[in-house]
Amino acid sequence: MKKKRDLEQFLGFGILFLCVGATLFFLAAILFFVAVKGISVINWEFLTQGPRNGMTAGGVAPAIVGTLYLTLGAILFAFPLGLACAIYLCEYSPKGWVINLIRISINNLAGVPSVVFGLFGLAVFVKYFGFGVSILSGSLTLGILSLPVIISATQEALLSVPQSLREASLAVGATKWQTIHRIVLPTAMPGILTGVILSIGRIAGETAPILFTAATFYKKGYPNSIFSEVMVLPYHIYALMTEGAHPEKQTAIAYGCSFILLCMVLLVSLAAIVIRQKQRSLAHG
Amino acid sequence: MDKIVKMRAKEVNFYYGQHHALKNINLKIYANEVTAVIGPSGCGKSTFVRLLNRMNELVVHSRLEGEILLDGKNILELDIDPVEVRKRVGMVFQKPNPFPKSIFENISYGLEINGFKDRRQIEDRVVESLKKAALWDEVKDRLHDSALRLSGGQQQRLCIARCLAIAPEVILFDEPCASLDPISTKKIEDLILELEKDYTIVIVTHNMQQAARISDYTGFFLMGDLIEFDKTEQMFTAPKDKRTEDYITGRFG
Repeated sequence: MKKKRDLEQFLGFGILFLCVGATLFFLAAILFFVAVKGISVINWEFLTQGPRNGMTAGGVAPAIVGTLYLTLGAILFAFPLGLACAIYLCEYSPKGWVINLIRISINNLAGVPSVVFGLFGLAVFVKYFGFGVSILSGSLTLGILSLPVIISATQEALLSVPQSLREASLAVGATKWQTIHRIVLPTAMPGILTGVILSIGRIAGETAPILFTAATFYKKGYPNSIFSEVMVLPYHIYALMTEGAHPEKQTAIAYGCSFILLCMVLLVSLAAIVIRQKQRSLAHG
Repeated sequence: MDKIVKMRAKEVNFYYGQHHALKNINLKIYANEVTAVIGPSGCGKSTFVRLLNRMNELVVHSRLEGEILLDGKNILELDIDPVEVRKRVGMVFQKPNPFPKSIFENISYGLEINGFKDRRQIEDRVVESLKKAALWDEVKDRLHDSALRLSGGQQQRLCIARCLAIAPEVILFDEPCASLDPISTKKIEDLILELEKDYTIVIVTHNMQQAARISDYTGFFLMGDLIEFDKTEQMFTAPKDKRTEDYITGRFG
């Protein structure tokens, strides 16, 4: 009897362990693969210069800058909007079927293919509002793409704040608004930031939504206004791998771009994790 | 000598959706006395106390009828701001619920949102409240540590200090010792007896000995009815209603 239980336990944990191992293996493999193939082309020129000789030499600095602009723009647009939306849905809106419908719609929006967002951006921002193919159009499109993720994560974080804290605040004579911005939001902030980190990662790497709204294959120099079109890393990778006459040189550059993109996402995540930990330790001593 | 009536419930009915949770409650809460509210789980005692500072309005699909008077004025009137009511009628909850902030900030928060600006004044108030809540000696060297590091009993006294800081007139205790050990419970009870001098106190409790130990008046609730309300001594020695007797002698509940 005891033998059988022990065997079951051994097998159970064994399988879990193998699954974890397999996952880690793939993650490590991707990182290793991209690093090995990408690092060889990375040098100071690659990071600070524009492309030369039909994309086969020089650097990718404009694409790095473009990616930063677009990601920053998207977050500047989506974070306040998503935060406000989630706060309203969680804390203020009357509970009922309308709100449930809105929630379900938002969750479904998160599953819509990103190329659909790209088409939407093209129709609305590029054409209808007349922003053209530009940083502005691309940022707005990426922002809208990330809204559902930000809203869902924020809602989750707000819901995980115990009701007893809200009551404690109201009981000392705080208004609902004071309670939300002094107690609920700070308590939920680590969770909210997690959502934002995840969406930053996604935004920085998205290709389809900026295909028709912001990205250009080659542009001389850096963008000088939010109405400029930009070079962007993910699109640059796509272009290097599908166009041009020197595939072997271009492939190497594409891996270099991938590596940089990976590092950028990693850096942002690290920064956000540091902020989050700091806030958490403030809260819990 | 006639006692001053601090709060009074007049023909109060309360509904959660279809459920009639409180049935025609009439009850007086005397100033500078401890009024205990006892009864089995689900009898409506917590619901009742949460009406006294308009906390139950947060519950959706609830409906309230009747009047609740504070110094003779109905706090349910439309033009009365519940935020103002809650400043005068403080509350300490069943589970200690300090904010995830420092000990100091837990108390200064209530002062800041109520318009206190002067740092010195806030500091004085914090210290004074901690002393009143018999917590000062234990925390004076670590006011800026997280409140979540305190023990359960200390956290509950911090919640009491937080409540005292904004100088309420009435303090509602909703089973304040339910999650505490006997020693912490004793400290809270001693504290309540001390506070009685300056505040009007209402305490919900499951524990009949506790009601007997610290209260002057007791109300017994059963299935949403107020069965009996009397001086605690009277109630525990010679209850008028058979159901009260059954409950306090431990025959049910």
